[in-house]
Amino acid sequence: MEDKVLGEGPPDWQHGDFTHSRAITKTTPFGQIKLFAPRHVSDESPKTLAGRNKVPRLIANRLLQGLLTLFLASIIIFGATEILPGDVAEAILGQSRTEESLAALRAEMGLNRPAIVRYSEWLGGMVQGDLGTSLATKRPVADMIESRMWNTLRLALLAAAFSIPLALGLGLWAAMRAGGPLDKSLAMGTLALIAVPEFFIGLILMKIFAVELGWLSSTANTRPYYSFWQNVQALTLPVLTLGFAVLAHMMRMTRASVINIFSSAYMEMAALKGLPKWWLVLRHALPNALSPILTVIALNLSYMVSGVIIVETIFGVPGLTRLLIDGVTLRDIPLIQACAMIFGAVYILLNLTADILSIMANPRLRYPK
Amino acid sequence: MSDVDIPVPRASVFAGLRLTKTAIVAGAVLLLWVFLAILGPTLAPHGEAEIISTKTFAPIGEGGWLGTDKLGRDVFSRLLYGVRTTLLLALITTVIAFAAGVTLGFAAAILRGWFDIIISRIVEAFMAFPSTLLALVVIGALGTSITVLVLTVGLVLSTGVFRVSRALGMDIGVMDFVEAARARGEGAWWILSREVLPNAMAPLIAEFGLRFTFSILFLSGLSFLGLGVQEPDADWGLMVQENIGGLFLGSSAALIPAACIASLTICMNLLVDWFQQRQQGETVLEKIDQ
Repeated sequence: MEDKVLGEGPPDWQHGDFTHSRAITKTTPFGQIKLFAPRHVSDESPKTLAGRNKVPRLIANRLLQGLLTLFLASIIIFGATEILPGDVAEAILGQSRTEESLAALRAEMGLNRPAIVRYSEWLGGMVQGDLGTSLATKRPVADMIESRMWNTLRLALLAAAFSIPLALGLGLWAAMRAGGPLDKSLAMGTLALIAVPEFFIGLILMKIFAVELGWLSSTANTRPYYSFWQNVQALTLPVLTLGFAVLAHMMRMTRASVINIFSSAYMEMAALKGLPKWWLVLRHALPNALSPILTVIALNLSYMVSGVIIVETIFGVPGLTRLLIDGVTLRDIPLIQACAMIFGAVYILLNLTADILSIMANPRLRYPK
Repeated sequence: MSDVDIPVPRASVFAGLRLTKTAIVAGAVLLLWVFLAILGPTLAPHGEAEIISTKTFAPIGEGGWLGTDKLGRDVFSRLLYGVRTTLLLALITTVIAFAAGVTLGFAAAILRGWFDIIISRIVEAFMAFPSTLLALVVIGALGTSITVLVLTVGLVLSTGVFRVSRALGMDIGVMDFVEAARARGEGAWWILSREVLPNAMAPLIAEFGLRFTFSILFLSGLSFLGLGVQEPDADWGLMVQENIGGLFLGSSAALIPAACIASLTICMNLLVDWFQQRQQGETVLEKIDQ
């Protein structure tokens, strides 16, 4: 059995992911096993550790990973829609297809060419902003998306503006009263919110506020000539539903990260000095909780991608996801590909933002010993 | 031999389970739904797609027990047919996800090397993409059918199962008793079935419960979007979608199936919660927090 310090291992373990830097591989007759060495064992020489700011390199590394993921996502989307049985030609001809008509259409559309050629053409078009032409409407997909984009974006931004402060506030509150009746009832509430489907929340809100009380509108149509109040009536229910769908996770994660910090030694020290509780929270706990909380926010905004699909359907929002669902129903493959790529890119970008924020907010990386 | 008859204290099966009140209620609700899923169609007063009244969206008590839906079908009967579809599809997809996820996850944890790297990268690529979107793309390419639906949702669920079982396998794989088995020269299959699996059973059962809940939510979401189970079959998610228009006519035909789904998923979560606490003193919420 020989032990080997991982300093000689693959370069990305040396520099990229700092959590692996203390790993040691152990070669056994059954393959290599990764172990973690005691804290003081470092695989890097003291020289490289001293005064080197690792942040730019970590961020560059993460950006590269993000690009790679996006590339993989494009392969999955293209692969799923193009290589699986049932191609665009079959989708166009539908039930009325014959072998001859299929072959003719495939030749006409260039579907006989190898998949790799078609993939690179498609990807090249995507990068240059050419999203293809819809099969159902024969219009450029980019135009169709442009007219819908604002509706979805507005819904997501308003839901974020409503749910983030609420989640942070409630999470902080629950953390300060951890174990108390308030914390417990909030825990039951979040458990229920996480367990039920999004459309259940939407239906209940609609039943109460639109049907029984009649205060709010159940369709999210806004018109340019609507008064401000009419717009509020139209948008409140979808925004609330989407907000509630992401609220629970965000609150729980905020609570967990604040409690984690409350249990650290320096917080105990500050409390023993007799500092007031609000000062403890604002001055000592929050700055250190910021990094995990920012990560939580970015992650939860990416959860919205699936929540938005349901909310737009319930309230009839003419947004991007309705376009995608219509595309799926009509098997309009260029439209599906473009919409899926946009949502995939947004999701990956938000995850990337979460990671970069947590790298930047971590002072241990900015000022290495 | 002593001829004194020492009575062996035999606790009943139920006492051994250390049931809490919440667990009893949640378990009872779930058992009721399972019972109705098995017997439902024989108990249903009307057929799955049978139109019983010319009055659509009849309120509760009129027409059928729970009123009629948008075509004048009996909501109560469709609910009884729907529970079977909903539970059965969720069960099949979760079983598929576990068969694939656990096999590959444990294989990756035990074999390691290139096998682990390749599978892990593929799973990461799938997880870097929202699961709903993945399902929509596949359904868009293949069209809606029960087979496509089951396989897609099974695939989406299996990535999470793979991650959990790989981590479990990794944790257990470095334990001394596994090292000892390896040193004895036991094969990979023996180690997997006799050393790793028994120790991974409790967390896997809890994971199964959570994935099952997720599958119910996912499938009913797809049916709600009109991309899952198709009419005239009854499914709770589909019933919500069909009858949402009746909400303004005072009908609760959309609310009832939605509440049924919620009762199913909440009870399942509570039961998993009880199981977790019993096994590790860890609640579902703590699991989410991590």
